[in-house]
Amino acid sequence: MTPVATTFHAAPQVVHRHTTSEPPVVRRLLISVALAFLSLFLFLPLVYVFTQALAKGFGFYLETLRDPYAWSAIKLTFIAAVIAVPLNCIFGVCAAWAIAKFDFPGKNVLLTLIDLPFSISPVIAGLIYVLVFGAQGWIGLKFPQFADWLTDHDLKIIYATPGIILATIFVTVPFVARELIPLMQAQGRSEEEAARVLGASGWQTFWRVTVPNIKWGLIYGVILCNARAMGEFGAVSVVSGHIRGLTNTVPLHIEALYDDYNFTGAFAVASLLALLALVTLGVKTWVEHQHARQDKTESTA
Amino acid sequence: MKTIGIIILTALLVASVNAREIKLLNVSYDPTRELYTEYNAAFAKYWKAKTGDDVTISQSHGGSGKQAQSVINGLEADVVTLALAYDIDAIAKQARLLPADWLKRLPNDSTPYTSTIVFLVRKGNPKGIRDWDDIVKKGISVVVPNPKTSGGARWAYLAAYAYALEKNNHDDAAARAFITKLYKNVPVLDSGARGSTVTFAKNGIGDVLLAWENEAHLALKEFGADNFEIVTPSLSILAEPPVAVVSKNAKNHHTTEIANEYLKYLYSDEGQEIAARNFYRPRNEAVAAKYAANFSPVKLVTIDQEFGGWAKAQKTYFADGGVFDQIYQP
Repeated sequence: MTPVATTFHAAPQVVHRHTTSEPPVVRRLLISVALAFLSLFLFLPLVYVFTQALAKGFGFYLETLRDPYAWSAIKLTFIAAVIAVPLNCIFGVCAAWAIAKFDFPGKNVLLTLIDLPFSISPVIAGLIYVLVFGAQGWIGLKFPQFADWLTDHDLKIIYATPGIILATIFVTVPFVARELIPLMQAQGRSEEEAARVLGASGWQTFWRVTVPNIKWGLIYGVILCNARAMGEFGAVSVVSGHIRGLTNTVPLHIEALYDDYNFTGAFAVASLLALLALVTLGVKTWVEHQHARQDKTESTA
Repeated sequence: MKTIGIIILTALLVASVNAREIKLLNVSYDPTRELYTEYNAAFAKYWKAKTGDDVTISQSHGGSGKQAQSVINGLEADVVTLALAYDIDAIAKQARLLPADWLKRLPNDSTPYTSTIVFLVRKGNPKGIRDWDDIVKKGISVVVPNPKTSGGARWAYLAAYAYALEKNNHDDAAARAFITKLYKNVPVLDSGARGSTVTFAKNGIGDVLLAWENEAHLALKEFGADNFEIVTPSLSILAEPPVAVVSKNAKNHHTTEIANEYLKYLYSDEGQEIAARNFYRPRNEAVAAKYAANFSPVKLVTIDQEFGGWAKAQKTYFADGGVFDQIYQP
């Protein structure tokens, strides 16, 4: 067995040593297999998205993005992400804090619950909201006064922005928490305990000790959470109602354009999401780099 | 300060004098995207000229059954323009958003335009597909959407069934054998008509697409008449996609009057012309005559004659455990 650096979260320890004794042929073969796979399944489709997006020229590309329907989809996606990401950030830190620093009954249940959105299909997640908040749903049956109050005040949940935000929050719940839990567990509670012994209050301990320790993991979690929030299709599709210019998010707008036979337009909007993915990757690499550098300065200091 | 005050006051006055802006939501089925994009613009212009009010009409498209389900679950459509009466019946029955006799509120059973099911084949018709018998042959790959979710797919199923019934002296067992053979040839069931057209025309799957007549014509227009051709079978079904105001929603939105006018205007000369231009068969005979070249003559049977109406057909063929579930094994 060769030692393998696990890069599950933001802190890969780069090992610059020749730890293998395999002949160069084997090494090159493995590398070329990995590269061939990556270019076939990742790089080529990505290039295809951009070439298709520009197939009718840059003018058409801009026109597609400037279309009012495209704009409203971009805005809605942005609103959903701006609400879902901070909420999940707060929830993720709370949950990770509770799980990593304390022992309490039901800890494993909480851990499993956090993973739930990963394990169930997003379509089911959307359907749950329809079955609860829909006109024939659980709320309407059990609390008709509340349902009437919503109607009277023209408040809609399903087939409107709140439903889309709810669905987005649901599918992005695990990202921040999942990122922080192993990190905080590895760090243990000794630093916090030291801070408390030295007289720091709960908040002081949190802001001065815990947050600096988890900063990079948190940023990494937020990036992934945001990427998923903006790219989610299944759950949002179920609760959207597909009203053009009102409840279509970017992924749903891409589907609508594709179904309108506007393939170039669909790829043009898809290229926005592809760009978002590239930016995400860039920021992620930068965060990892920063983190590694900080670790190095800390260990030499 | 004074000037600013005056400016604000004038702005407010102008805003209050300005026309009202009314919003309508039309929840429709899959292939009507282009039809309603054109019609909405025409209606907004007509309404502005008539009343001075601006109207913005939002559209939502998808498989007819799925769209009806969304309206039942609370998608607040002012009007629905779906692929078949059964789906609007479902809204009336399950959500009680409109009266059960909605079909009689507008002329021609609330169906301002009709269509039928035709075949779209690849250029030169390499498999020699002329009629229904040709598409059940071994080795022919047929693309058609899922009748559980798509209205067009239900019409296509019934068209094939009607042909088999007529050919076999209304022997139901023979018709069932025919339809079983047909669906054995189907490699993929998309959820809506539009998905199937893209599967066939863009992704190159299948030898023949069973499509709405309007959808087939649109595919010719979009993908080039040099790539595909339309084959009209000897017999098909008169597909009647009805329209209705969702009374309760319209009442809540205070849009009852304009929603009614929106649907009535579909029967006007302009509405009928737009339908015909988008390859829907118009009800107005003068308009139909003008666009006769677009529509091949075909013997059409109706769902009422052949299958005793939608309620019965739905229960027999498409309900859970119905004939379709028995004959189709993916």
